[in-house]
Amino acid sequence: MTHYLMSVHGPAEMEDYGNYGSKEAMEEAFEATSAYNDQLKADGYWVFAGGLQPASTATVVDGQGEKPVMTDGPYLETKELIGGFWVIDAPDLDVALELAAAASKACRGKVEVRPFDGLA
Amino acid sequence: MQTGTAVERVFREEYGRLIASLVRRFGDIDIAEEAASEALVAALEKWPASGVPPNPGGWLTTTAGNRAIDRIRREKLRDTKHRAALMNHDDTPPDPTGPVEDDRLRLLFTCCHPALAPEARIALTLRLLGGLTVPEIARAFLVPETTMGQRITRAKKKISAANVPYRVPEGDDLPERLSGVLTVLFLVFNEGYLASGDGDPVRVELTGEAIRLVRILRGLLPDQPEVAGLLGLLLLTDARRESRVRNGQLVPLPEQDRAGWDRDLIAEGHTLVRECLAINQPGRYQILAAINAVHTDAPSAADVDWAQVVALYDQLTRLDDSPIVALNRAVAIAELDGPEVALALVDRLPLTGYHAWHATRAELLRRLGRRAEARAAYDEALAATQNRAERAHLEAKRAELA
Repeated sequence: MTHYLMSVHGPAEMEDYGNYGSKEAMEEAFEATSAYNDQLKADGYWVFAGGLQPASTATVVDGQGEKPVMTDGPYLETKELIGGFWVIDAPDLDVALELAAAASKACRGKVEVRPFDGLA
Repeated sequence: MQTGTAVERVFREEYGRLIASLVRRFGDIDIAEEAASEALVAALEKWPASGVPPNPGGWLTTTAGNRAIDRIRREKLRDTKHRAALMNHDDTPPDPTGPVEDDRLRLLFTCCHPALAPEARIALTLRLLGGLTVPEIARAFLVPETTMGQRITRAKKKISAANVPYRVPEGDDLPERLSGVLTVLFLVFNEGYLASGDGDPVRVELTGEAIRLVRILRGLLPDQPEVAGLLGLLLLTDARRESRVRNGQLVPLPEQDRAGWDRDLIAEGHTLVRECLAINQPGRYQILAAINAVHTDAPSAADVDWAQVVALYDQLTRLDDSPIVALNRAVAIAELDGPEVALALVDRLPLTGYHAWHATRAELLRRLGRRAEARAAYDEALAATQNRAERAHLEAKRAELA
């Protein structure tokens, strides 16, 4: 089994309803994602998942010097940032890609699949 | 010295099978490759003294397997114990032919996984199943060695880190992946049939490996007409190989000595084409095979049924509306409706970087008596190809116009 991060990317600047366009579309996506999560748990692939607050709520901490330095905002200036993610445990990449396709359909976004190097 | 050459020949022939069985057993491409080269070194040391063993493939597999186990034990890999435990349970005897072929196919599908970049798929297939070195692959694709090395290393690392499975997919995934596998095998064959570099004009180790792998594929997927079609296409093309280069010059199809064509391959190819027709699910390779069947059916170049060839290209265009198909169709149109009609079609195609487009234009302009333009087109074609036999042919044609 291999652990994979399935991350969903979205616009750095969120509109009222994220990138969903309307309230209805957003609710539909949330519902579909919730159903997808239940299925993931039932099938035993679920490890952890979560949506993230907008990137504007991020703080970057650099603790490499003597005193930590805090900076408001995300680390990278970019048009797209990670909006949420799943951590799954799947037997191989083919299974992970299948799960990612269903995840992408549920949350209405592109999903990046990336294996973990190790988990603590 | 004699044995040294024999060792290398056996090794080249056995390489794909050896790697595939080692990858299946140890689940790691790097371990498989290193064990295979250690087995080659061992063979080069032993065989010259003791002679080539009766089953060289089995000898190499056993030796490489032992070397791999030694290496895994020696190195303190994080999961040594886990691997060693697996190894103790693996009492797989040296494989007989059937399952071994399956190993190669499994590795081929792994190399052609859609999660890998298309260019990496071909390179990896050539490396692991064709046994080509990285510099050879780099030369074939006209890229720097370091670039090709990185491309291959990256693909191998992704297979291992992302846990790309070693298996032939089943069900829904198969048609999509099969088409990728067929594309790679067709490209491998083409690279061998008209090598892009300035080395040997024809590389039989590539054409041979492509045909061998398509044959394995056909054994496993006997009901897929595109597999039969590709095999037919490759056999009908390969049948003409001996007549294709004369005195170092490429000989175009109409000028080839038909007595030099391999009749057995042609007969086998025609049988495959008839089989495809009976299934009646036309696809790209089946149509290309049918076109080659029309050529090889004609007793002389003058007897080729060009109307039939054009009709087949029309059918192909409906499936694959690419400029390359349009270019090949125009060549047939030239025979049916004359060079002027064909040239008008060719001139519209966005293929200015493609040597065959310039060569086709040059030939059509030559036939129309537009000598200066033809000469310029031959120059463009010469600038776009490194293949020695093709260059010799183009230079000879250009010289006729001087």
